[in-house]
Amino acid sequence: MAFESLADRLQATMKKIRGKGKVSEADVKQMAREVRLALLEADVNFKVVKSFVKRIQERAVGQDVLKSLTPGQQVIKVVQEELTELMGGEQTRLNLALKPPTVILFVGLQGAGKTTSAAKLANYIRKMHNKKPLMIAADIYRPAAIKQLQTLGSQLSIPVFSLGDQINPVEIVRQGLEQASADHNDLVMIDTAGRLHVDDALMDELEQIKAVSHPDEIFLVVDAMTGQDAVNVANTFNERLDLTGVIMTKLDGDTRGGAALSIRSVTGKPIKFVGMGEKMDALEPFHPDRMASRILGMGDVLSLIEKA
Amino acid sequence: SKTRRSFSDQLNNLVKRYRKVDEDFFEELEDLLIESDVGVTTVMDLVEKLKDESRTRNIKDTEELKEVIAEVLSEFLTRDETETQLNMNPEGLSVFLMVGVNGAGKTTTIGKLAGRLKNQGKSVLLAAADTFRAGAIDQLQVWGDRAGVDVIRHQEGSDPASVIFDAIKAAKSRKTDVLLCDTAGRLQNKVNLMKELEKIKRVIEREVPGAPQEVLLVLDATTGQNALNQAKLFRQASDVTGIVLTKLDGTAKGGIVLGVRHELNIPVKLIGLGEKMNDLQTFDADAFIYGLFSELFSDDNHAEA
Ligand SMILES: Nc1nc2c(ncn2[C@@H]2O[C@H](COP(=O)(O)OP(=O)(O)OP(=O)(O)O)[C@@H](O)[C@H]2O)c(=O)[nH]1
Ligand SMILES: Nc1nc2c(ncn2[C@@H]2O[C@H](COP(=O)(O)OP(=O)(O)OP(=O)(O)O)[C@@H](O)[C@H]2O)c(=O)[nH]1
Ligand SMILES: [Mg+2]
Ligand SMILES: [Mg+2]
Repeated sequence: MAFESLADRLQATMKKIRGKGKVSEADVKQMAREVRLALLEADVNFKVVKSFVKRIQERAVGQDVLKSLTPGQQVIKVVQEELTELMGGEQTRLNLALKPPTVILFVGLQGAGKTTSAAKLANYIRKMHNKKPLMIAADIYRPAAIKQLQTLGSQLSIPVFSLGDQINPVEIVRQGLEQASADHNDLVMIDTAGRLHVDDALMDELEQIKAVSHPDEIFLVVDAMTGQDAVNVANTFNERLDLTGVIMTKLDGDTRGGAALSIRSVTGKPIKFVGMGEKMDALEPFHPDRMASRILGMGDVLSLIEKA
Repeated sequence: SKTRRSFSDQLNNLVKRYRKVDEDFFEELEDLLIESDVGVTTVMDLVEKLKDESRTRNIKDTEELKEVIAEVLSEFLTRDETETQLNMNPEGLSVFLMVGVNGAGKTTTIGKLAGRLKNQGKSVLLAAADTFRAGAIDQLQVWGDRAGVDVIRHQEGSDPASVIFDAIKAAKSRKTDVLLCDTAGRLQNKVNLMKELEKIKRVIEREVPGAPQEVLLVLDATTGQNALNQAKLFRQASDVTGIVLTKLDGTAKGGIVLGVRHELNIPVKLIGLGEKMNDLQTFDADAFIYGLFSELFSDDNHAEA
């Protein structure tokens, strides 16, 4: 990345301040500015940044940061704690149905990585929980969307249910679930077409799919490179569908991924998995603490604090 | 769909609300630009420039600053009138190469562009050089069928450079006007994949002197600051000549192209406004700048986060 890490910048700021011998409120303000900048550069939504920085500042002023011998580290620690907290603290688990099948619905903007993630997760759950998956091809709009899912299905030896692209997706899902129960599939992945959150007709279609399929998980699939708009997207999808979680894709890139923080803080829904590549095994459970460090560009923060 | 009121209308609103050019005014302007993904560095440069101008011209009234904002912003985006035009070889084959990260809209843009060029009376051929992603070749074929143009394709998993080689051969023998080359999506930090792109470009250069006429980097308008890295590294690998900004039909503003222009001087040439054949337009800086300000005065926009 072109930017120095926040940890470096905070250390530098503190060094300057230490020269003066005493940390003042103005100094804390200066540090808050650095935090704000780092978060904005990482694409965290500016409103989320505002409230976050305010909280950091309050904690810093209210606590022993001002009196501390190592105020730089103290501030970093506060930032790290607040951020990890915001990201959901502990890891969250997959919600598997007590009475099979477990149904997982994938939704999101165009090109986010729904189809790829559906296949990856089917593969992952099959391996981890010994399930027998079926994937339903409910994207009838994107050219060759069905072919894409079928290709991935045959790579993984996972069956794909399709009725072509001339049947209503809601009907496809309904019949797909019947097929799953006939074939004793205890895991059903539903791939849907990419859509804009402001597209009423298509958002309506998702509500209907949800109504006929009673999903155990509804995952919003989000591109990790998403900028300020992530909050609008996540909010609308969440309002319409009451999401159960988020899958963040393309984290194998060099983006900071601040959208993760925005989405978590506006929807309160956990990020459960991250996509780390195009290959079918490139899916990992989400680690809030790692994500927090990544957003701030402070991979070495923890070790820094330990030394302090 | 969004109604596009003129940019000056929106600026009128902004200046009416503030009247005086003060810190609050600049702060709201700053937030607005940041919310559009313009990026902190560029925003600070922009606002600094505006502050300077208002000082030197002794502007106290927001009404007067209006002109300056429009001026400065559009200067950021456009250098000259002709830069949105697609570069064509007047006597023979033109080759366009489409590059970008995964899912940005490369294949779709090629489909739309094929339709547009064909409507202009040009003969068009498509090269399916994304041999990697599942279903990519069939996806391009659907677009080729829609536009009524042929697709040169190999099997999935074959060498993309050899698809390009064959497509050029076909284009030459058919006396095709424009060859549009699709490539697999790749993240700019994947060194091997960027090398593969360099190789593809070398094949084009070797087989068609003067080509490629355009290397178009496709950027998704919902992308944040990472688009700058994308532009930097794709330019390094393939000498990008222009940007296609897709998915502007959503609520994302695509403000990052200001930074891309400011720091890397790559012009935006086309925008994508949907998934249909006709949802491709030539970039219009004024309309774009308006878009940045379009929601400034909706009431909920500045409610507490
Ligand atoms: N590098 C990388 N690429 C990914 C990842 N997840 C998906 N992709 C790629 O992103 C592109 C889009 O993925 P898709 O699965 O087709 O996305 P989608 O959301 O189904 O797209 P639509 O159906 O068109 O809305 C493809 O090129 C995928 O290979 C990831 O974690 N890392
Ligand atoms: N709303 C909207 N969707 C678009 C636009 N352009 C492309 N899309 C959609 O975005 C998704 C990805 O587009 P593709 O053309 O497959 O993107 P790509 O860059 O070729 O993707 P990969 O080959 O997987 O890297 C598809 O669902 C397209 O229909 C646009 O301007 N607006
Ligand atoms: Mg898909
Ligand atoms: Mg493609």
